[in-house]
Amino acid sequence: MLAFRNLLHDRVRFAVTLVGIVFSVVLSAVQLGLFLGFTRATVDVIDQSNADLWVMSRGVTHLESGVPFSESLRHLALGVDGVADAQAHIVTFGTWERPDGAREGVMVVGTERDGAMGQPWNLIEGSVDDLDRPDAVIIDELYKEKLGVTQPGETVELRGHRARVVGFTRGIRTFTTAPAVFTSLANARDYAGIRADQALYLLVKAEPGADHARLAEALRHRLPDVDVMTTVEWSATQRNYWMFGTGAGVSVLIAAALGLIVGVVVVAQTIYAATVDHIREYGTLKAMGATNAYLYRVIVQQSAISGVLGYAVAIVIAAAVAHGSQSGTTAILLPWTLAAALFVLTVGMCVSASVVSINKVTWLDPAMVFKA
Amino acid sequence: MAAAISVRQVTKSYGEGTAAVHALSRVSLDVAPGEILVMMGPSGSGKTTLLSIMGVILRPTSGVVTVAGREVTSLPERELPGVRLRHIGFVFQGFNLFPALTAAENVAIALDLRGERRPAAMTRARAALEAVDLGDKAQALPANLSGGQKQRVAIARALVGDPTVILADEPTAALDSQSGRLVMDLLTRLAREQQRAVVMVTHDDRTLGYADRIVHIEDGRLREGEAPTTWPEETRSWGFAPARPALAFE
Repeated sequence: MLAFRNLLHDRVRFAVTLVGIVFSVVLSAVQLGLFLGFTRATVDVIDQSNADLWVMSRGVTHLESGVPFSESLRHLALGVDGVADAQAHIVTFGTWERPDGAREGVMVVGTERDGAMGQPWNLIEGSVDDLDRPDAVIIDELYKEKLGVTQPGETVELRGHRARVVGFTRGIRTFTTAPAVFTSLANARDYAGIRADQALYLLVKAEPGADHARLAEALRHRLPDVDVMTTVEWSATQRNYWMFGTGAGVSVLIAAALGLIVGVVVVAQTIYAATVDHIREYGTLKAMGATNAYLYRVIVQQSAISGVLGYAVAIVIAAAVAHGSQSGTTAILLPWTLAAALFVLTVGMCVSASVVSINKVTWLDPAMVFKA
Repeated sequence: MAAAISVRQVTKSYGEGTAAVHALSRVSLDVAPGEILVMMGPSGSGKTTLLSIMGVILRPTSGVVTVAGREVTSLPERELPGVRLRHIGFVFQGFNLFPALTAAENVAIALDLRGERRPAAMTRARAALEAVDLGDKAQALPANLSGGQKQRVAIARALVGDPTVILADEPTAALDSQSGRLVMDLLTRLAREQQRAVVMVTHDDRTLGYADRIVHIEDGRLREGEAPTTWPEETRSWGFAPARPALAFE
């Protein structure tokens, strides 16, 4: 009763507290959403590959740094028990020459056309089978403007070779500024300057029920000169490289942490100021027989109410921002798990911000009520 | 009759050795149920210290305080709020109401401290406001009440928990004469009807006519023979004769 009424009684201060919390939560939600968006962008090509294992040259640290090796390893891989299929695959940087002559860096993704792995997904225009056509490429609609194309049928050049846009995907982002360009394996070799008997990766499909870790071990034994990782391991390696190895993810996380710290400081300051303003009331309660626990409850309730209301406003704003970001090349993801974690974090942040105020009333002398 | 509150040889000192300040020196005092005791004395004489000790807010350096027959000076710190909650009601010079709460909620909070559920607490609070003739102001915020009404709400809050003792610190100091008289009438009536012991610190001579007994404190000691033998003009102006013309001193 007292906690809620105290908050509503001083509406200006309450509004300032809420604004502080909302700012803090929105900032944190957007930063963490960016982190999730970036993370997904770094690993989408791996996670959506439909492969169970990846084979690559020794020492490759991230997807875009593949080193060519002989495609003949594919046949060795197919001979390992538990392997259902193995496909050559190419993911590497290339240079896209727009119709107006400008050049853009792209990530060429070349896939075997008779396989079921490494294909583009979320197509909104054209079909995967269109990649069977000569010089065909599929790009994401988000990058139309960047790549200088507006509709299927338009042609550009990649490393001096013609490329015709035959379809568009939706929502396939990359963490680097280079958009994914899906094409056939043969085209990819031309676009990236890779010999016809070489590949950058082998995508491996396991037999149903096969243990991926054991299969990886068997492949390593059979292919001792290359690295073999399960898709989960490779995805984690790629994610860690871009998010933490480059520091990009750390900076986003630091911004999110700063948002939370700002929230703690704002809430602590306003709750403390409110406590000081109401100190005589707390003294009166103590004189009347209130225990410290009762006073703590009042203060913590004030903080928690502020936190819950601030969160409610903030999450709506953050959801709107996240929704708006879906039409841009930088996605802010706000899954319910992040929203729930932020709720716990926000209320926890607000309650922890009460500590200074709690300390103040703990040592409050109730005899102060007799002082004019 | 057993004392509602009893103070025996109470001393309170601040500091140690030659720098020690003796706020109270060997003070003894009993207040009976239904009795109104007025404490007077100059600023710094020890009145507030004694009131704080009687209210179990401050521990004496030595001596014994008994509230409702229970010796409280030796109780551990954690039990003292419970003694205040059950046995002491406070009325303050500045009313000390909670500005965000209605009059009824201000009274009910005394019951909330005891863990009483809100509907029952609000019912009792409204009844307490009726008893101080403020039943129609139950939903009013303190800011919308006059000084006298605020003090009556404070009295209702002090009484709603059925305390043994009411400790009032300058209850009329912030009130005009009419409001002061109303408050003193009320405090006296309720003390008599409900047999509450009332201990009142005041500089306001107009309240002396309500006292059953007046004690004068100076330099931390109860002094005898220095109370006024005639009632001041202001007291007469309220139209009340002293309840006990012969003043009692310890």
